[in-house]
Amino acid sequence: MLTFIRKRSMASLISLVGLVVLVFFLSRLTGDPTDLYLPIDASDEMRAQFRELYGLDDPLIVQFGRYVGNLVQLDFGESIRKARPAIDVVLEAFVWTLQLALITMALVTVAAVVVGSLAAFRVGGFFDRVSGILSLVAASAPDFWIAIVAIVVFAVGLGWLPTSGTGTVWHWILPIAVLFIRPFGLIVQVVRGSMISTLSSAYVKTARAKGVRTRSIIFVHALRNAMLPVITVIGDQAASLLNGAVVIETIFGFPGVGKLMIDSILQRDFTVVLASIIVTALAIFVMNLLIDLAYAALDPRIRH
Amino acid sequence: MADHLLEVRNLSVEFHTAGGVVKAVKNVSWHVERGETLAILGESGSGKSVSTSAILDLIDMPPGRITSGEIRFDGRDLLKLGSAERRDINGRRIAMIFQDPLSHLNPVYTVGWQIVETMTAHGLPRSKAQSEALRLVTRVGIPNPSDALRKYPHEFSGGQRQRLMIAMALAMKPDVLIADEPTTALDVTVQAEVLALLKELQRETGMGVVIITHDLGVVAEIADRVVVMNAGEIVEAGIAREVYHNPRHPYTRKLIGAAPGKGEMHDPLPRAEPVLKVRGVAKTYGTFKALDGVGFDLMAGETLAIVGESGSGKSTLARILLRLDEPDAGEALWKGRDLFRLSPAELFALRRDLQMVFQDPTQSLNPRMTVFQLITEAWIIHPEILPKAQWRTRVADLLAQVGLRPEHANRYPHQFSGGQRQRIAIARALALEPELIICDEAVSALDVSVQAQVIELLNKLRREMGIAFIFIAHDLPVVRDFADHVMVMQKGRVVEYGTVQQVFDAPRQPYTQALLAAGLDPDPDVQAARRAERLERRPA
Repeated sequence: MLTFIRKRSMASLISLVGLVVLVFFLSRLTGDPTDLYLPIDASDEMRAQFRELYGLDDPLIVQFGRYVGNLVQLDFGESIRKARPAIDVVLEAFVWTLQLALITMALVTVAAVVVGSLAAFRVGGFFDRVSGILSLVAASAPDFWIAIVAIVVFAVGLGWLPTSGTGTVWHWILPIAVLFIRPFGLIVQVVRGSMISTLSSAYVKTARAKGVRTRSIIFVHALRNAMLPVITVIGDQAASLLNGAVVIETIFGFPGVGKLMIDSILQRDFTVVLASIIVTALAIFVMNLLIDLAYAALDPRIRH
Repeated sequence: MADHLLEVRNLSVEFHTAGGVVKAVKNVSWHVERGETLAILGESGSGKSVSTSAILDLIDMPPGRITSGEIRFDGRDLLKLGSAERRDINGRRIAMIFQDPLSHLNPVYTVGWQIVETMTAHGLPRSKAQSEALRLVTRVGIPNPSDALRKYPHEFSGGQRQRLMIAMALAMKPDVLIADEPTTALDVTVQAEVLALLKELQRETGMGVVIITHDLGVVAEIADRVVVMNAGEIVEAGIAREVYHNPRHPYTRKLIGAAPGKGEMHDPLPRAEPVLKVRGVAKTYGTFKALDGVGFDLMAGETLAIVGESGSGKSTLARILLRLDEPDAGEALWKGRDLFRLSPAELFALRRDLQMVFQDPTQSLNPRMTVFQLITEAWIIHPEILPKAQWRTRVADLLAQVGLRPEHANRYPHQFSGGQRQRIAIARALALEPELIICDEAVSALDVSVQAQVIELLNKLRREMGIAFIFIAHDLPVVRDFADHVMVMQKGRVVEYGTVQQVFDAPRQPYTQALLAAGLDPDPDVQAARRAERLERRPA
C-alpha cells in the first residue's frame, strides 16, 4: 500500500518536473510583462528597473535556476499583478474551484448512477429511451452556450438568480447546474453500458436463482461491479473540473483557478500561472490516487 | 395422475432474435421425484438448460417467450405465479448450481456474504444465517471454514468454488437442486469428488436432483433416469441403464457411439531415430515450478499424448517447445538442432515445421479475417512456400482436406460452428506443411460427436501425411483412441511414460491409476461397479 503510493509519487514527480520546465519556457514566449505593467511612455530606465525588480533581466536559464531553487524551498514567487505571494493567490482561487468541482461531481455521480442503472435494468423501455435521448443531448451540449442562455433566462429574464459573482448560495446554482450537464450525460451512458453487461453476467443469474430481490440485484450485486469503469470516467471528468472550468468560471465571474489562470496568462503573471499549474497537478495526482484506492476498495482482486 | 415433486409439461419456449424466431424447446415434458436424480443429456444448442431456466424464472422475456406448457410444483403451475412468489421459491424450495463457478460467484463479495445472502433473502436473521453458513462450508469439505467465509471467490480452486456454490444452493434445504454442467470445467479427480459430494448430500436431504450435462459418463455415475435432448426436443427418456444399453432413438445411438475410449488402441510404431529429443526442460514462475526436468522423444509421424490435470505444466511445455515462452533450462533437439538456442532468424525459418492448434478456435481465429485471409496469412509470412497465383486452389484443397467446402473461404469465423472453426484452425496449421502439430486441448471444447469427427480428421492427416502430433489433453478416453505414446504429468514433472497400451492397461504409477479410476465410463454398470469397489476400499 505505502510502496504503491511511493511509486506513484515518484512517477508523478517526473511528469511534474517536465510540466514546470515546459510551462516556464513556453510562458516566456508570450512576451515581456514589462510592456503590460508599465505605461507605454515609460522610460527605458523605469523598464530596466522593473525588469531588475522581478529578475527579468537575467538570461532565461538563470531565471529558471532561481525559480527552481526557490521552489524547492516552497517559495513560488511574487505575483506581479497582485503584489502578493503567488501561492496565496492560487490557493485562494483553488478553494473555490475545489468546492465547485466536488459539489458538482457528487451530484453528477449520484444522479448518473441512479439514472444509468434504472435505464440498464429495462433496456429499450420507456425510461431507457427518455434517459438515452436526454443523456445524449447533455453529453453533446455546448456548455458556454448553455451558460449564456441560462443567464439570459434565469438571471436577466426571470430574475430568479444572480448573473455572476459569489456571496450567497444562489450564486452557486447556475455554475453548478451548467457544469453538471456534460459529465452527467457522459457518465449516464457509461453507467448504463457497464450495468447492461454486469446485469447479464453469470453472478447476477446466480443471485436471481437464489431469490434475491430485484433492488438488491441492481444496487448490490451489479452496481459494485459496474462501478469500476465508471470510476475512471468520474475521475477524468473531475480532473477537468479541478483544472478550473475556464470558460464557465469566466462567464459566471467565479473566482476559481480557471479564471485566475486565464487572467494571469493574459497579464503575463508567470509566477501565478506556474503556481496554478503545480497546485492543480498535485490535486489531480491526489485524485488519481483516490481513484486507484477506490478501485481496490471495490474489487478485492486488485488488492495487492 | 399422481403428483410428481417437480414436473415440466409440454413446455415450449422460443426466442425472438435478429435472425428470426428460434424455437429453443418444443413440447418438452419431464419430472423428478424426491430422492431421485434425473439427467438431461444433450449437446450444445440442444436446449437442455432452457426448461430449468424456465423453472427458476431466469429466461429474459423478451426476447424469450413461453408459448405453451406448465411447470407443476406443490400442486401449482409456477408459470401462473407472480414474480414475488417465484422469487420466494427460488433458492428456498428450488436451488441451482452452474458450470464455471468462478463467473457465477460475485467477484467483489466474500463467499461468506454470498452464502448468508441466500438465507437472509428468505427471511432468516443474519446471526443465524452466519452460523449456518459456517456449518455448510464445513459440510462441503472446505478447509479452515471460518477463514474461508471471509475470502473472495478468486482465492479458491475450481473444485472448492463448486463446493461453495453447492453450500450456497443448499442453504435453505431445497426440495430440488438443479445442477447445470456442474463438473464440466473441473479436473477428472475433482469431478469425481464433487459428484460424490452431491450424491451424499442428496442421501442426507432427500432432495430431487436435476443434472444437465453433455457427458455420458456423468449420467452413468449419478443419474437414475435420463432424458436425451436434440434440437429442442426430447428424443428419448428412461432409466439411465436401459437407455445406455438399449438406445431406441438414432440420435441416442449416435451419441453413445461417439463416446471416445472404446476404439482399438494404436500399436506402437517401430523404433526409429527421434525427430524431437527433449531433455531436462525446466521453467519457474516466481516461486512456482511449472516444469521440472521434463524430457521425451518423438519419432516422425508419431502421436505423443501429454495428459495431466490443471497446473501440471502440460500447456507451459507446449508454449516452450514453440518458443512462445522461454525455458529456464533444458534442450529440445529438432533433427539435431536445439530449438532453445536458435537465433530469431533461424527460429523464423523453422517455425513452419512446427505448428499449433489451440483449444478455443473462437479466440484463436481473428474474427475480422475471412477464412481465405486466415489461411493465406502464413504464406504472406513465408512467401517461399507458394506463389500467389496458386493460393486460391491450395486454399480450396486445404478446406477439402479438413472436410469443408471451397466456397467457405470467403466467410468469417463466426459463421461457422465450433467444430468447423477447429477445422479451419487445423487447415491454417496445415498450410505451412508442418512436420509436427502441437494440439493444446484441441478437441476439449467440442461436443462429443464433433470431437469424434475432428479426431477422425487428425487420424487421417497422420496416416496420409505422416505428421507427428503432440496432443495435450485432460480427457483420457480421447487420448486412448488417438495416441501412440502417453506421457502423464503432475506438478511439472513426468510421472509416467509409455505406449498407450502400457499406460491404459497396466498403469504403474499411483497417480496414473487414480487418474484412470476417476475418469467416468459412459456405461452405468461399469460406474456402479467402480463405486462399489471404492466403497469397499474405503476404511470403515
